[in-house]
Amino acid sequence: MNCIIIDDEKLARVIIKTLCKEIDSLIILEEFSNAIEAMKFLNEHKVDLIFLDIHMPNFSGLDFIRSLKNPPKIILTTSDPKFAIEAFEYDFIADYLLKPIQSPRFKKAIEKIEIKTLKDDATKLETSVNKIDIENDFYVNIDRRLIKIDLPSIYLIEAKGDYIKIKTESKDYIVHSTLKKIEDKLPDALFLKIHRSFIINIKKIIDIEDNSVLIQKDVIPVSRSKRPELMKRLDLL
Amino acid sequence: MEKPNISYINQLAREDKNIKAELIAVIKLEFPEEKKNYYQSIENKDFRKIEANVHKLKHKISILGLERGYEIANEFEHNLRELDLDRKEDFEEILSAISDYIETI
Repeated sequence: MNCIIIDDEKLARVIIKTLCKEIDSLIILEEFSNAIEAMKFLNEHKVDLIFLDIHMPNFSGLDFIRSLKNPPKIILTTSDPKFAIEAFEYDFIADYLLKPIQSPRFKKAIEKIEIKTLKDDATKLETSVNKIDIENDFYVNIDRRLIKIDLPSIYLIEAKGDYIKIKTESKDYIVHSTLKKIEDKLPDALFLKIHRSFIINIKKIIDIEDNSVLIQKDVIPVSRSKRPELMKRLDLL
Repeated sequence: MEKPNISYINQLAREDKNIKAELIAVIKLEFPEEKKNYYQSIENKDFRKIEANVHKLKHKISILGLERGYEIANEFEHNLRELDLDRKEDFEEILSAISDYIETI
């Protein structure tokens, strides 16, 4: 998780950085002594988690929370729990930590967020899979005939000049279209473009080597730029 | 009166001398400045600022293991909201004790 720390007290920031070092999944991108500077940073960077001091002069943590449009998760840090109560009206407030922050309590807060993130991801995946159940097939135009193809049976789509070759377990189809057009119609949970000429059904992968995947009997190259996404998607499955 | 200590810092640093040194250095840097700001606000009788100064100092009081001192700081902070300086002397005693202590670490 990419994190930032907002606290007007340097000691508090150093303590949070020290605690973060104990957890491999946390990456501190930046620290700020005031919330206004942090807002500029948030507009330009992807941040997953903010450690936010509530009690800051001029622009308080609560002012900051109210001003956020697309807030990431936030852990409040405070010397006084009553300041945290108002903030809990907001869904994105994950927890609050009372200063001085104790290491076990800090770890528990991070664990709580990680579990919540996993649950949210699982819900998203489930929604996506349900969508596939509803839209389980689609039609392609071949020689002026509309032919229905069962989506899960497709294991590979290959670009062939002005045409695409759709390979299913039972039959191959040549369709006048582009990879880009078909990519937009395919469910993300099932299909992934792994090369400028190939889209695969990730559930049909048999084997992965460094720069290629084996799918049915085809060995398909994986672009270097697509490999991280492929690995990420496999984790989700 | 209870004495300041660095148990929390030791616990946090987990025998990493660099982390411990960094934490102590930050306390030595920030505390005198925060204390100076507090006395400046007292001189100006600016209750809002005094309250903010006490709030900030409170964190260091707790980090240095002063549990009773932390309670006193809390009471003082609360009194300041009512424009009442009760607990001022007790609070300033804590600041003196910390000033003396950080000279030794």
